[in-house]
Amino acid sequence: MALLKAHELTADPWTVIDGTGDPSGVDHPLITLESWVLHSDKLGCVNTPLGIFLKSHQSPVELVDDLDRFSVIALDFPKLSDGRAFSYARLLRQRYGFQGEVRAVGEVRRDQYLFMLRCGFNTFEVGDDVDLAGWADAATEVSVFYQPGSDDSSWAFRCRRS
Amino acid sequence: MYRYDEFDRALVLERVEQFRGQVARRLSGELEEEEFKALRLRNGLYLQLHAYMLRVAIPYGTLSSQQMRKLAHIARVYDRDYGHFTTRQNIQYNWPKLVDVPDILAELAEVEMHAIQTSGNCIRNVTADHFAGVAADEIEDPRVYAEIVRQWSTLHPEFSFLPRKFKIAVNGTAQDRAALRVHDIGLQIRRNSAGKIGFEVMVGGGQGRTPYIAPTIREFLPKQHLLSYLEAILRVYNQLGRRDNLYKARIKILVASTGVENFTKLVEEEWAEIKGGELTLPEDEHRRILDYFSPPQYQDSNGASKTFETHKTWNLDFSRWCKTNVVSHKRPGFSIITISLKPIGSAPGDASADQMDVIAGLAEKFSHDEIRVTHEQNLVLAHVCQSDIYEVWEALENAALSTPNIGLISDMITCPGLDYCNLANARSIPVAQNIAKKFEDLDRQHDIGELKIKISGCINACGHHHVGHIGILGVDKRGEEFYQITLGGSGAEDAALGDIVGRAFGYDEVTGAIETIVDTYVTERRNGERFLDTYRRVGLGPFKEALYGTA
Repeated sequence: MALLKAHELTADPWTVIDGTGDPSGVDHPLITLESWVLHSDKLGCVNTPLGIFLKSHQSPVELVDDLDRFSVIALDFPKLSDGRAFSYARLLRQRYGFQGEVRAVGEVRRDQYLFMLRCGFNTFEVGDDVDLAGWADAATEVSVFYQPGSDDSSWAFRCRRS
Repeated sequence: MYRYDEFDRALVLERVEQFRGQVARRLSGELEEEEFKALRLRNGLYLQLHAYMLRVAIPYGTLSSQQMRKLAHIARVYDRDYGHFTTRQNIQYNWPKLVDVPDILAELAEVEMHAIQTSGNCIRNVTADHFAGVAADEIEDPRVYAEIVRQWSTLHPEFSFLPRKFKIAVNGTAQDRAALRVHDIGLQIRRNSAGKIGFEVMVGGGQGRTPYIAPTIREFLPKQHLLSYLEAILRVYNQLGRRDNLYKARIKILVASTGVENFTKLVEEEWAEIKGGELTLPEDEHRRILDYFSPPQYQDSNGASKTFETHKTWNLDFSRWCKTNVVSHKRPGFSIITISLKPIGSAPGDASADQMDVIAGLAEKFSHDEIRVTHEQNLVLAHVCQSDIYEVWEALENAALSTPNIGLISDMITCPGLDYCNLANARSIPVAQNIAKKFEDLDRQHDIGELKIKISGCINACGHHHVGHIGILGVDKRGEEFYQITLGGSGAEDAALGDIVGRAFGYDEVTGAIETIVDTYVTERRNGERFLDTYRRVGLGPFKEALYGTA
């Protein structure tokens, strides 16, 4: 897999630790919610940035008190039709003020890219054969928005009034 | 009516090009059908039994003569000379070629039309009362709010991959012509005791295999909070709606399983977080949209309505048509004409390209350049001066568009059924045709009076059978078509789901069964009451007895 940020490929320093495996000693571990619940005392004071992976039924609301411990929150799209993470990303950005990286993983397709950007995702796990030009196009194919998002792009109410 | 500004225009054009790219990727093989499916379905393109089907949005069912002519042109050039008007006030073409679809969309964009969100698990075309703006007791024109919701819901980044499709309707009069209580969200415009305008919000109605009448979750929502409240409902649904089972994914199931009280609490809590924020409707934006829907400049009635009365006296056909297809307008001297797309023996809701052109011409000349599509699959000319009605009728008569049956037994809602649809279990259109033929005699239809038959070819209920005064549901029993009949449903302000009358009837029996039901009603009715009222008074008993005997 490759990681996309600002339409460019970027290095991914994170190591995914599946299940409730022990992340201690791992640099930049990306852990599961289950692992966090189990090891939060220990993990709270490790000397490396922490990332967390949430499955699509795991709302970030469950992490509200701990958000500042995480540099990355990865939200899963287990299939194209499961759009829960769009709401999660907006909540993280707009309600909980999460400033770190919000990563889209799973079924991440270029045709959803603009929606994801607008909901506050800023990194994207994509296939190694990613067509960068195609993705860059996808981000600009539509330039008019009828509703506010979690990005700072302007939208129709505001444009019409200015 | 609403006209695009630079923003609307840019968005639609960009969407056309985006889809053109997606089709090109499909045709080149870069996209597999499975992935393309998710994309084409977001733009109204279905793969049906025999061909692609393209559904074009007609926001809240209002269109101009120019737009209607474009629809006729598309039918002629890209399809088989006809289109099918749907229960969501849209139009469908049954035979377009995939390679042509981007060009069709580009042609539509020329007249400010599109196919955005006419399918897929997103917020669909917002519907409204087809008598909006001309009904006497209207509080406000519901299309103003339908347009505001249309814009907010278009390409909404958060709500484009919902658990299931999502339908919103708006109504502004005491009479509910928009079927609010069988929508995911129904918005009834209300004026509160302080004279302020707002909405009664109903959530979780629907048809399909588990029908529900929507409960009200808020009695009064001030109008400026409309979008934030909708956003709160959709955000709760997007997170909590079921995604493991297609048949339990609509919001009605979430509302029912959570309980209305708990669901309401979740929505109100979410709303409390966003209320008063960016989505609050600015007064000037409200005014901007409102202005598009201000009433046309009606010329003073020229006193010729006397000729209208004379024609009614001398021409029985005209007079009979006036009785069913013409209703009063809020302005004296004007009338609302409903054009029936249900001539005996045709497919309900179909119109030929030539007929569309005729209607466009009539609207231009006699009805302030505006046509409405009703959710009952008919068309409306909403502003006709009484002195012009006879001329309009003559033109309709020449185009085979003067069937005098609005609200009568042959004015049926019918889904496409097994003749077109790959979900269907049974045919619908031929059943409707057989019933219409059985009751062909117009005097008999008029004697029977208001009676809404609705026919679905499968449990998905696209033909709205649950809310038919008489509902007919096609089912498959060991490879044979059977039809289950329900009685007493309504999609109007007295919304109710029909009751199953008994065992189902075979294809050859169903027309006879409908006749038995109608005859029973005629025997039982008192003081000219409607079928629905007789049924509500006497219940299933007499109908069961007539259909199945006393055993």
